[in-house]
Amino acid sequence: MAIIYLDNNATTRVDPAVFEAMAPYLTELYGNPSSMHTFGGQVGKAVTAAREQVAALIGCQPGEVVFTSCGTEGDNTAIRSALEAQPEKRHLVTTKVEHPAVLNLANHLVKKGYHLTTLGVDSQGQLDLDELKASLRDDTALVSVMYANNETGTVFPLPAIADLVKSRGILLHTDAVQAVGKLPIDLKTLPVDFLVLSGHKLHGPKGVGALYVRRGTPFRPSLIGGHQEGGRRGGTENVPGIVALGKACEMARVHLPEENTRVKALRDRLEAGLLAAVPDTLLNGHPTDRLPNTVSLSFKFVEGEAILLLLDQLGICASSGSACTSGSLEPSHVLRAMGVPFTYAHGSIRFSLSRFTTEAEVDAVVAGVPGIIARLRAMSPFRDDGAEPPGRGT
Amino acid sequence: MWDYTDKVKEHFLNPRNVGKMDDADGVGEVGSLACGDALRLFLKMDGDRIADATFQTFGCGSAIASSSALTEMVKGLTLDEALKITNKDIADYLGGLPKEKMHCSVMGREALEAAINNYRGIEAPTPELDGEVVCECFGVTEPQIRRAIEENDLKAVEDVTHYTKAGGGCERCIPDIQRLLAEVRGAQERRAEAERPTPKKLTNLQRIQRVQQVIDEEIRPRLQADGGDLELVDVDGLRVLVSLRGTCAHCPSSQLTLKGGVEARLREVVDPELQVEEV
Repeated sequence: MAIIYLDNNATTRVDPAVFEAMAPYLTELYGNPSSMHTFGGQVGKAVTAAREQVAALIGCQPGEVVFTSCGTEGDNTAIRSALEAQPEKRHLVTTKVEHPAVLNLANHLVKKGYHLTTLGVDSQGQLDLDELKASLRDDTALVSVMYANNETGTVFPLPAIADLVKSRGILLHTDAVQAVGKLPIDLKTLPVDFLVLSGHKLHGPKGVGALYVRRGTPFRPSLIGGHQEGGRRGGTENVPGIVALGKACEMARVHLPEENTRVKALRDRLEAGLLAAVPDTLLNGHPTDRLPNTVSLSFKFVEGEAILLLLDQLGICASSGSACTSGSLEPSHVLRAMGVPFTYAHGSIRFSLSRFTTEAEVDAVVAGVPGIIARLRAMSPFRDDGAEPPGRGT
Repeated sequence: MWDYTDKVKEHFLNPRNVGKMDDADGVGEVGSLACGDALRLFLKMDGDRIADATFQTFGCGSAIASSSALTEMVKGLTLDEALKITNKDIADYLGGLPKEKMHCSVMGREALEAAINNYRGIEAPTPELDGEVVCECFGVTEPQIRRAIEENDLKAVEDVTHYTKAGGGCERCIPDIQRLLAEVRGAQERRAEAERPTPKKLTNLQRIQRVQQVIDEEIRPRLQADGGDLELVDVDGLRVLVSLRGTCAHCPSSQLTLKGGVEARLREVVDPELQVEEV
């Protein structure tokens, strides 16, 4: 059975060209980039070239790029660094819809005595800039807001946020893991201090990412060790991963227009097709301020895990914000922050496309989903007598 | 990806007895949309026997599979037999459920009780649903939590959450769950304690009498059956001195008999610190 992979916000396939670029560094080019000999030195040059490729994609200087192991490491390093560098400031601002890499760290910091403001979002997942403005204090050390949401694709207005935060002289971090490669980002004109990206979200391998640290921003490394990464992250470089990330960024730059034309058109085709074919279906997220590859839909009266299991029977890979898929018992914190009604929240499915997605795949999903939803609704006790939930606990 | 058994997958993909029953004699409803799963169970009676059962379920794969399994299990049972079904029976029928999904089987058992009560004309919810709500997020009551702890021998808050959902939301009730765990487990241990002999309190004379009794009534008849025998020489504090007779006296594995058989049994029923020695 052919796999239809529409879960690209979870991870992406490694582009064959990326694999080809990294392969020699897993085999014959095994030198240490820090070595004095030519054999290692040539590897050091590859790392330098990769740093330039990453910088080119986000419009920064190569020296502002620190290679990391993943998005979570970047987020943790940025946030902890900002707090450690300004010990007199004890306040942090973030949003209710952040990735756990930010949200759980922020909650952990509260236990350590920091003050936290978590900004809410509206029903489309969008921030209220007045609320953000009102939250800023003299002792605010950092504002951390994601660039685009992984579950709904809603894009935050980073330029306006940056204006607000920087006018108060406060450090600004953005988790841009979902945005890099899908949206044009130019750090020459966007004054954030920290930005995080991850290799496996843009057709690179898992285990590598990058943290952008604006020149002049006070920085405290998380990994203290050797002189690697200019002393900003000790530890021998993940050379194959770094070379792959460089290549993936170079290719993302080439394909960026396609994301916002062809991929977006396919996403729109999928979204319109499903909304037309399945009654009682809601779009989660912002209708327009949204990643071009993402559509999150909620199907009333049915449960997401059951949908995913039936999609799996058709070889279709997607995700759900349902409680049952995560091992937690509550539906996605993102959908709850948006106030998605319970009749819909448990039945949310996210489809996330990539440049490898084809029109035939989209059409197969549009053809397959309505039968799955109808089958589960026929089984649902809520379907035949309205939304009156039986029993206790409502 | 959950590690579902083939039987769970099979019941999810081909659920038995799906649908509303218009002429049902008993209907049980549990769960809610907010909770993320809900089950409505329909029973058709033939005298005191369940002639047919159908279900409607809103929920994940294991909720649907548990519902399907339940309807298959209850058909043909009398109501009293059906009431003996535990959540563990439902999970076992399916070859087991991931521990995070055990609450699906609990929901099945609760729906069954609700349907039987409905048939019997008991208007009020089952007594266990009537107690004080501990977990506000999922509407879980104290009797439900106590029952889950008792029936499934739960030991940690996390287990209680997997089986009842209590504590899986805002987590404010976790101290209450800890208290209930301590209470129920404390009561279980006290019961077990009461059933166990209390060797620590034996006087030396009582200890000698108990040892003599066990040797005479249990151990010697077993050895004699094999042509051997054993004699109690003395009990000195925790030392039990014995002498082997008959074939035992020459048996190369007599030490094994002494330590593995005689000593183990005496430790079990008299005192865990006894030492058996041959003289």
